[in-house]
This record gives sequence, C-alpha cells and structure tokens, in this order.
Amino acid sequence: MGASFAQHADSLSEHDIDHAVEHLNAEDVFEAAPTEGDEHGDHKFNPGEMIMGHVTDEHGWHLWGHTSIPLPIIAYTQGRGLSIFSSGHFEHGLVAHAGYMLLDGKLKATDAADGTAAHEHLVNEELTSATYDFSITKNVLAVFVSSALMLLIFLTVAKAYARRPGQAPSGLQNFIEPIVLFVRDDVAKANIGPKYERFMPYLLTVFFFILINNLMGLIPIFPFGANVTGSISVTFALAMITFIITLLNGNRHYWGHILAMPGVPKPVLLILTPVEILGVFLRPAILMIRLFANITAGHIIVLSFFALIFIFGELNAGLGWGVSIFSLLFTVFMSMLELLVAFIQAFVFTFLSAMYFGAAIEEPHHH
Amino acid sequence: MLIEFSYGLIFWMLVSFTAVLFILGKFAWKPILKGLKDRETSIADALNEAKKAREEMSALNARNEELMRAAREEREVMLKEARDIRDKEIAEAKSKAKAEADALLSRARTDIQNEKNAAITEMKNQVAELSILVAERILKEKLETSAAQQALVDKVMGEADLRKS
Repeated sequence: MGASFAQHADSLSEHDIDHAVEHLNAEDVFEAAPTEGDEHGDHKFNPGEMIMGHVTDEHGWHLWGHTSIPLPIIAYTQGRGLSIFSSGHFEHGLVAHAGYMLLDGKLKATDAADGTAAHEHLVNEELTSATYDFSITKNVLAVFVSSALMLLIFLTVAKAYARRPGQAPSGLQNFIEPIVLFVRDDVAKANIGPKYERFMPYLLTVFFFILINNLMGLIPIFPFGANVTGSISVTFALAMITFIITLLNGNRHYWGHILAMPGVPKPVLLILTPVEILGVFLRPAILMIRLFANITAGHIIVLSFFALIFIFGELNAGLGWGVSIFSLLFTVFMSMLELLVAFIQAFVFTFLSAMYFGAAIEEPHHH
Repeated sequence: MLIEFSYGLIFWMLVSFTAVLFILGKFAWKPILKGLKDRETSIADALNEAKKAREEMSALNARNEELMRAAREEREVMLKEARDIRDKEIAEAKSKAKAEADALLSRARTDIQNEKNAAITEMKNQVAELSILVAERILKEKLETSAAQQALVDKVMGEADLRKS
C-alpha cells in the first residue's frame, strides 16, 4: 500500500512540474498578448497564480504544456439566447468567440468580433451581468466522471448482492461493505435512531460522492485531479441538499425547539429564537465551508511545495533540484495525510448530516 | 476567485447528484442494504436455530434419561413381582407337597395298621389252630387207653352231675 501511495505522489509531482512549467510558458504567451501595465517581460514564476490555476475551475481541461481538452461552453444571456460551442474557439482564452471571451478564466460577454484578442476593455458589463454560464467546466466534467464511476461501482456491487444472496462478500463487495456497514451502524443508526432507513440512500450517496471525489482529486491524471470537493459551489450544493432534507423532515418537536424553546422565559426567547434560527442556516454553512476548506487547503499545501522548487530554481538551477528532493518528500507525506483527510472529511460531512437529520426527527422524550 | 459560487457548477452538481442519488437509491442501495440485512437475519436465524437445536438435543437427552430411569424402575418392579410370584408358587408347591406327603403317610400308616391287625388276627387264628392241634394231640395221647377214657367219662359225668344239681 505504502508503495502505491508513493507512486501516486510521484506521478502527482511529475504532473505538477509539467503544470508549473506550462504556467511559465503560458505567461510567455500572455506577455506576447497586448496586456496593459505588464511591461517587465522577464520569466517571473508566479506561485499564487499557478496554485490558484490548479485549485479553481476552468473552461477546458488542461493536460500538459499547451495541450488541453476543450470543454463545451453553454451560456445563456438575456436578449441573446443560448450559445453552445467548444471552449477551443477561445484558443486558450486569448480570443473572443460568438460574443463571449474568457478573462482570468471567467466567461464574459463582449461585442468584439470572433478572433479579436481578449481584453478587459472589450467586456460588455451590462450583458455579462445578464449572462448565465452553464458551461461544462473541468469541475462539472469531473462531477460527471465521478457520478459515472459511482454508478458503475455500486450497480456492479448491487448485482453481486442480488446474484449471491446471503453469501459472504467477494471482490468489490469486500471494499464497499465495511464502509456501507460503517455508515449504517455508526453514522445513521447512531445519530438518527430507529427511523434511519429513510436517510440511508442520501447518506451513502453523499459519503461515497465526497470520498470518491476527494480521492480522484489526489490522482493527478485526466480525468481525475479536479478539485471538485474543494470547490465551494460543489460543497454548497451538497450542504443545500442536507439543509433541504433537514427542513423537510423537521417535526413539531424540532421546530418547537427552534422557534420557542420550551421552558425558557419569554424575554430570553427574544434572544434565543433568533440565535436558533441563525443556527439552522449556520449548520449547512459550516458543512459547506469545512469540506471546501479542508480539501482546498490540502491541495494548496501540496502545490506550495512544488512552487518552492520553482522559486528556488529561479534563483539557482542547482538549488531548485536540491529543494525538489525535500518538496517531493513533503508531498509524499502530504498525499498520505490527504488520503486520510479524504476519508475523514467524507465521514464528517455524512456524520454531521446524520446528526442534523436525527435532531430533525427526534421525538420528545419525557424528562 | 477561490470562493466563488458558480451557478453552472451548482446547477450541474445538483442535477447529477440528484440523478445519482435517485438511480443508486433505487438500484444499488436498496438491494445492497437488503442483501446485508437478509444476510444478517439469516446468520442470526442460523445461530438461533443452532441454539434451539442444542436445547432440543439436551431436552431429548433429558427425556431419554427419564425414559431409561422409568424403564429401570419398571424392570425392578417386574423382577420383584416375578420373585414374589415365584416365592409364592414355591411356598404353595411346598405346602401342597407336604399335604400330599402327609396324606400318603397317614394312608400308609392306616395300611400298616390294617396289615398289622390282619397279621395279628392271622397269627391268632394260627395260634388257635395250633392250640387246637396241640390240644387234640394231648387229648389223643391222654385218652389212648380205655381206662383213661373211662376215667374221663366218669369225671365228666361226675362233674355233669354236680353241675345238674
């Protein structure tokens, strides 16, 4: 096991070096483009930009060097209607196409003709604010890939259960079953109580969705390596679903405790009730931020170690090679830690969701 | 840039997650959880059945033991009865034999008595005959001479005379 982790880390490192190198090259290209205020044309490595480029979403899946997979742009602008075209037309974000262009990786509406070099001046702010970007970005594609992977894995496992009822697990079942049992016994039953079965599909789906995406984020080769669970939009969507399920299942007891905590004097309720209502919204917000921050932080740390190589490499090539050894060792260590974090964060999200569901359906107990 | 809510990503995320949740909920989690539950219940059932079988076994053993004990007791009783009957029969036979022997003995005694009486009578007869014979001989001897005969007649006459008077 240890060896394979190390391998992952190694491949990660190679890939990221590629990335970093590409970013240097990309800067060259950007230098060539008519950008304002960038007069100093030296090959300065920008670690912040490199790291942000890796942990944020993009229109097109960057593989290596100048090679990236173009992804569909799906944009709806009021008054213009729906436009669907390949992000390849933007030529790495350099030119405008079909009334749109990319600026810092973001889709902007423009009046410029196709093939015009993208520039801040060309942005049509009015139209941009009326634009809804439903493009299949890197993260969206990664979500699709992980969804397909989940369907593949669990439908296969489900077939195994149907085919060999009552028998000992085998193959993939061996890997899935302990986790399913863990989610059932230690997460659902422990937090929700006897009515846990209703919530099992969601808890299992969300656990494996987060786990698979966390793990996929650690593998740097296409179609993995997107920072899906480190994207606040994704964690927002997941937290929203937990929030909605909690609200839909809240019983009289639950709402009673939020709106008017029994046994509390009226004047105190004036303070307590707003706090409780705030708490209802804070809980999903905490879920959202915790997952996003943990995964993104891990990615940033790993990428920072790589940035160190290039920062030192710019000072002196030999120093860069020397630092790379330590960076690699740290990256291996961090990857192991990230592997642990991948499981822990999937568990924490599921556990807290189960806890909220348990609170929502809790029956009043007689004191 | 890092904290940026993208409508597109949220939309696609909700769509694909809901689809996955729906499909897996219907076609994966249901059979998997059911399979797990079924297996657990079957294992629990098997354990319970084994326990029950063990209990039944021990109950059966206890019943066997009980049966054996009852059979032993019954045998004891039967043996005792047989012994009693035998003893009784022996005693009866003994008493019967004794009675028969007694009867036999008393008959034998009577017979012996009868034989004795007969013998005594026989002996008496013989003695009487013998006596008569002896007396005849004596008389013959004594009355061989006429003188003697005269004398006797005289005597008898005399005596007859006397007796007549």
